[in-house]
Amino acid sequence: MFSPEILAQVFIFGLANGTVIALIALGYTLVYGIVELINFAHGDVFMIGAMLALTLVGALGLTTGAPGTMLALELLGILLACMVFCAVLNVAIERFAYRPLRKAPRLAPFISAIGVSFMLVNVGLFWKGPSPRLFPHLLPSVDLVQATLGTPVSVAFTTKDLFVILLTAPLMVALHLFVGRTRLGKAMRATAQDREAAAMMGIDVNRTIALAFLLGGALAGAGGFIAGLYNNQVHFFMGFRAGLMSFTAAVLGGIGNIIGAVLGGLLIGIISSYSDFYLDPRWTQVVVFGILIVLMIFRPAGLLGESTPDRA
Amino acid sequence: MALLEVDRIHAFYGHIHAVKGVSLQVDQGEIVTLIGSNGAGKSTTLKTISGIIRPRQGRVLLAGEEISRLPPHTIVARGVGQAPEGRRIFPRMTVLENLEMGAFHRADRGDITADLERVFTLFPRLRERRTQAGGTLSGGEQQMLAIGRALMARPRILLLDEPSMGLAPVLVEQIFAIIQDINRQGTTILIVEQNALMALSVTQRGYVLQTGEVVLEGSAANLRQNELVRKAYLGESS
Ligand SMILES: Nc1ncnc2c1ncn2[C@@H]1O[C@H](COP(=O)(O)OP(=O)(O)OP(=O)(O)O)[C@@H](O)[C@H]1O
Ligand SMILES: [Mg+2]
Repeated sequence: MFSPEILAQVFIFGLANGTVIALIALGYTLVYGIVELINFAHGDVFMIGAMLALTLVGALGLTTGAPGTMLALELLGILLACMVFCAVLNVAIERFAYRPLRKAPRLAPFISAIGVSFMLVNVGLFWKGPSPRLFPHLLPSVDLVQATLGTPVSVAFTTKDLFVILLTAPLMVALHLFVGRTRLGKAMRATAQDREAAAMMGIDVNRTIALAFLLGGALAGAGGFIAGLYNNQVHFFMGFRAGLMSFTAAVLGGIGNIIGAVLGGLLIGIISSYSDFYLDPRWTQVVVFGILIVLMIFRPAGLLGESTPDRA
Repeated sequence: MALLEVDRIHAFYGHIHAVKGVSLQVDQGEIVTLIGSNGAGKSTTLKTISGIIRPRQGRVLLAGEEISRLPPHTIVARGVGQAPEGRRIFPRMTVLENLEMGAFHRADRGDITADLERVFTLFPRLRERRTQAGGTLSGGEQQMLAIGRALMARPRILLLDEPSMGLAPVLVEQIFAIIQDINRQGTTILIVEQNALMALSVTQRGYVLQTGEVVLEGSAANLRQNELVRKAYLGESS
């Protein structure tokens, strides 16, 4: 049971799921970093992304075991569609549910976020019904370990695992470079650090905040699609657990910190995977939150959280 | 026509009436000071000019055009640059990035290098510290960065809110010498100061603000001679 093969297998599964958690965690961290709001509805934007992906897969008539040459292009098209749709959705949520409350006490937008979350959950329920829906197995599941070694080994690293990592990694690198290097990315950091001073520099604060929601939404949309493809199941309530895990990941890594969110996401994915396998999936949330609580006691700012003062 | 004209503005924080009908003018090329004791409404006046606070009454005109209904980022683009009270450096961005943010609105991005060079010539210390995080600079260095950052916008008028605050006397003189240089190079300046003596010795004209109202105005030389100013702000006993 504790053989290296099984340990490795569970690790690979956790890593793949962790990348999806990381994608969602980035949205929490971007938004919290700039408006100090826990966007409670963010997990549900991810769920809507997964639902849209399922609908598009159906509309294009993609089914299990039909990997034509077109498939790759079609999947890429669906990915982009989910990213755009969720980006726009997230921007609209900010515009209508959060921006009018920006000067209100901190609790008001948070309550508003919970309201939006309920609304999205109900949209999901209405759209795809109350029971889990099968997401077709579209990705070929060829074992790469066996293919390279020639002989079967009890650890499998499949094309499916590879695909998830190949899709998510560039998105994360792109986000990191965008925020670190580009003019708009720097404007986002400036706005996060001192909104009023940013306005005095000629930065359009409203647009910059909308940009953070746009990027977060796009990543959640990508995450929804990838989660559907990898786990082959979508459900109207999937955003709740995913949201909770991802939010925890963002806090674990140091909320507001991009690399921290990715690190936190991968850690939680891997820890959950071991807990699911060796304990019981029902214990996983307890384990994850237990770790979070212990960490918060010793490192309240999270793994990579900055302890430099906010005001110069 | 004045470059900047503040016309009977009233500004509030909730029910607090912080600025009560302040009017002032700054002409092209001038360097003008606004002095007054704590809580007089100096910073509020500057924030109203830069659009951070909207006046409930009155208008602000830049070269004859009303700017007081515009959002702050548009006002910067029209040519109002500000080094705010407390410096407000972006603490987790480098010196260079802070300066880049100063030039954020400018379309002619190619020219930013020339302006960086100008700021580094005015403040050689910033060149040495260009890759250091803003939050780790000393108070004086942060003040230099705040002024340099505002200059990066190539403002037509530069608003400086207490550039001498918290600085050692030598550094105060140095900063004021640089402010005069900037003015000589063609930038119009409106400067808010607690250090009235210093401010009146480098500026041409001044306004004295008391509980939200302008109570005195005139040439710097006349203000220095004025009884009220001498007693209240220059620390002389009668
Ligand atoms: N954010 C705020 N909320 C409420 N009242 C404020 C706020 N900012 C300033 N005030 C009040 O408005 C008045 C004017 O403040 P302002 O900051 O303009 O004074 P100041 O002349 O710049 O003073 P100082 O020299 O101390 O900086 C003060 O009575 C102050 O208490
Ligand atoms: Mg002040």
